[in-house]
Amino acid sequence: MPKLVKDGAITEDQWTLLDKPDDSPEAVVIPAGCVIVPLSVWQAQKDSLTHRSDIGVWIDSDESAFDLGEDASTLPLVAVNFPGFMDGRAFSTARLLRERFHFGGELRAIGAFIRDQMGYLSRCGVNAFQFEDESIDLTEAMKSLNDFTEYYQASVNQPQPLFRRRSA
Amino acid sequence: MYIYDKYDHDILSQRVAQFRDQTRRYLDGSLSEAEFLPLRLQNGLYVQRLAPMLRINVPYGMLNTTQLRRLARIARDYDKGYCHVSTRQNIQYNWPDLEQVPDILAELAEVEMHGTQSSGNCIRNITSDQFAGTAPDEVVDPRPYCEIIRQWSSFHPEFAFLPRKFKIAISGSELDRAAIQVHDIGLQLVTDNNGEIGFKVIVGGGLGRTPVIGSVIREFLPRLEVLNYLEAILRVYNLHGRRDNKFKARIKILVRAMGADVFAEAVEQEWQQIKESPSTLRDEDFDNAKAFFTEPAYETLNDDAVQTALEQQSADNRAFSKWLERNVRPHKVAGYAAVTLSLKPTGIAPGDITDGQLEVIADLADQYSFSEVRTTHEQNMVLADVKKSDLFALWEAARSAGFATPNIGTLTDIICCPGGDFCSLANAKSIPIAEAIQRQFSDLDYVYDLGDLDLNISGCMNACGHHHVGHIGILGVDKKGQEFYQVMLGGNAGNNASLAKVLGPAFGADDMPQVVQKVVDVFLENRTEEELFIDTYQRIGITPFKERVYAKAS
Ligand code: HEM
Ligand code: SF4
Repeated sequence: MPKLVKDGAITEDQWTLLDKPDDSPEAVVIPAGCVIVPLSVWQAQKDSLTHRSDIGVWIDSDESAFDLGEDASTLPLVAVNFPGFMDGRAFSTARLLRERFHFGGELRAIGAFIRDQMGYLSRCGVNAFQFEDESIDLTEAMKSLNDFTEYYQASVNQPQPLFRRRSA
Repeated sequence: MYIYDKYDHDILSQRVAQFRDQTRRYLDGSLSEAEFLPLRLQNGLYVQRLAPMLRINVPYGMLNTTQLRRLARIARDYDKGYCHVSTRQNIQYNWPDLEQVPDILAELAEVEMHGTQSSGNCIRNITSDQFAGTAPDEVVDPRPYCEIIRQWSSFHPEFAFLPRKFKIAISGSELDRAAIQVHDIGLQLVTDNNGEIGFKVIVGGGLGRTPVIGSVIREFLPRLEVLNYLEAILRVYNLHGRRDNKFKARIKILVRAMGADVFAEAVEQEWQQIKESPSTLRDEDFDNAKAFFTEPAYETLNDDAVQTALEQQSADNRAFSKWLERNVRPHKVAGYAAVTLSLKPTGIAPGDITDGQLEVIADLADQYSFSEVRTTHEQNMVLADVKKSDLFALWEAARSAGFATPNIGTLTDIICCPGGDFCSLANAKSIPIAEAIQRQFSDLDYVYDLGDLDLNISGCMNACGHHHVGHIGILGVDKKGQEFYQVMLGGNAGNNASLAKVLGPAFGADDMPQVVQKVVDVFLENRTEEELFIDTYQRIGITPFKERVYAKAS
């Protein structure tokens, strides 16, 4: 079973990631078990999927947290995709999911992000990291989560900006 | 000046350690070239034509003398004994070894300096008015605001992988000396009818291949909300800015495509959602920031008495009087003046400065200006708090060190990018053109008579030399492998910002001094008594210049 970094530890991945369909998201057959479906499939099949508790949704970088919206809070898992690591939209999407839509489940980064982005991602609310490249040494990569111990801005992990804590 | 506390020091030393490890992983092959690229850029490291180039932030242009001496030492120990002041008030080294960059950054961190976010697709160094805190026309001292925004933008987790670079400039005076209308965000400090401090917010300006004057999206933003509002702008940009084409990725393209009104509405909506968040500032937060920018221990001086003495000195010494006229500016405190040290003597690449000169400036600042120095976006340096009674002594010392050329604001105070001598993106060299023009106009009296005249040169359309906003702008172009230069006229960087218009077909390097001479001739023949170049240009238009420059030899 493939592994991932979750909540600061390496764990087995229970979830299967479903690719985006070329067309007809309503026709996609969703297997049993824990499945992360593309946003379009969720939107097309929401009525039949809401009763399942083992469905997660992934949002591509050109899709928006607003398209999932309030649905997020009903899901156990939402993933944000990096088609390339330079595409930084997922940082905003993750933060919106946590702060605007109060998503409390597993927020997973998927795709081509790099370990050097894990610290920022975690501050944007991501708590699980599934590298596209399965050869990556997760024990090594996880070290990047601890590059910094203090930050200036407010973030999902620390809603109080430094200027408030400093003067307290 | 801002002084680091334990938090700042911890964050910065962790950053140095992080980059040291990233460099190690790159050198041992575990981090790919493509992955290392944005990481090194966000630590200031470019790889250039001849060597890496390292850009060090000078936050809103403020340096103390300890920092200046450290910059000198680094120039000596790790580089070829000089560095370069950039058009965004930063310091650049042209010849460091990649392997040594982590050591350089560690040396800088000891004096509270770094290259973080000085390049790359992130929020860059905040720039401002080099006369902040001293200018008589200042409404609000911008530096505490610059510092608050610097901290907010540093290591911001959401905005480190933007579609493109992002530059913010802040001005607090009536005259805009920070070119805020040609930045991604320009912030103008203003007060409303109740004396409440806030910002006029300008978005989507920029130079580069698509020059644009920014649009005002909010006339008055209460200062308490500035971080929330900036966050809203950046979020809209991060989510909607184009990522398919790097030449269309700047916020100016998004603002244009959406329309400034629609963009403003999108920001407004996002802001309403995050308004009053914990990032909202309180009055005490401004007070805390302001406490770092208190006035130095000015003496109470009799301005009339020193003024009389100065007039005597200038009557006795013409060179001194020219320097007073061009390089010395009024100060808000009686008996004081702000002095610009020219880094534009003929024959030296504009903005270049040696290790020894940096140390001389540090000594002068210790002696005459409360141990502080500022860098300017015109690529000069400023001693902002000099007693008028010290001006003569300062002038003599500056003159022997080579930076008292009395040309500030004149035709020979050229803004110039590194160009083809250093930059791999260049279409043409720019430094030799600057030098040839300086030689053409070597008669200082002639140059003074021309008055204020901005001449800006870029080696390609990326416009690092601000050619679009020079009264005379020069752009290097490549025609079938040959270097040519396009001339443009009528740009302006200040309050009445405008973009220069192209004069006509480009010229070879050898023709450039004569071309500029002809442009100047047309000005001299047409000007009225009180007109500056830009006024005459605006009155008579481009045609007379065109006719003269392209006239067939008869
Ligand atoms: C030598 C290495 C350099 C490289 C490779 C470089 C590259 C670039 C590029 C690609 C742009 C256009 C970006 C865009 O439009 O999106 C740009 C703009 C700019 N650069 Fe540089 N640059 C260099 C040096 C400098 C220096 C030395 C300065 C200061 C003297 C400088 C100041 C600027 C400024 C002010 C802009 C205009 C910003 C705008 O587009 O609004 N650059 N540079
Ligand atoms: S304007 Fe062009 S040539 Fe000059 S520094 Fe910028 S990128 Fe290089």
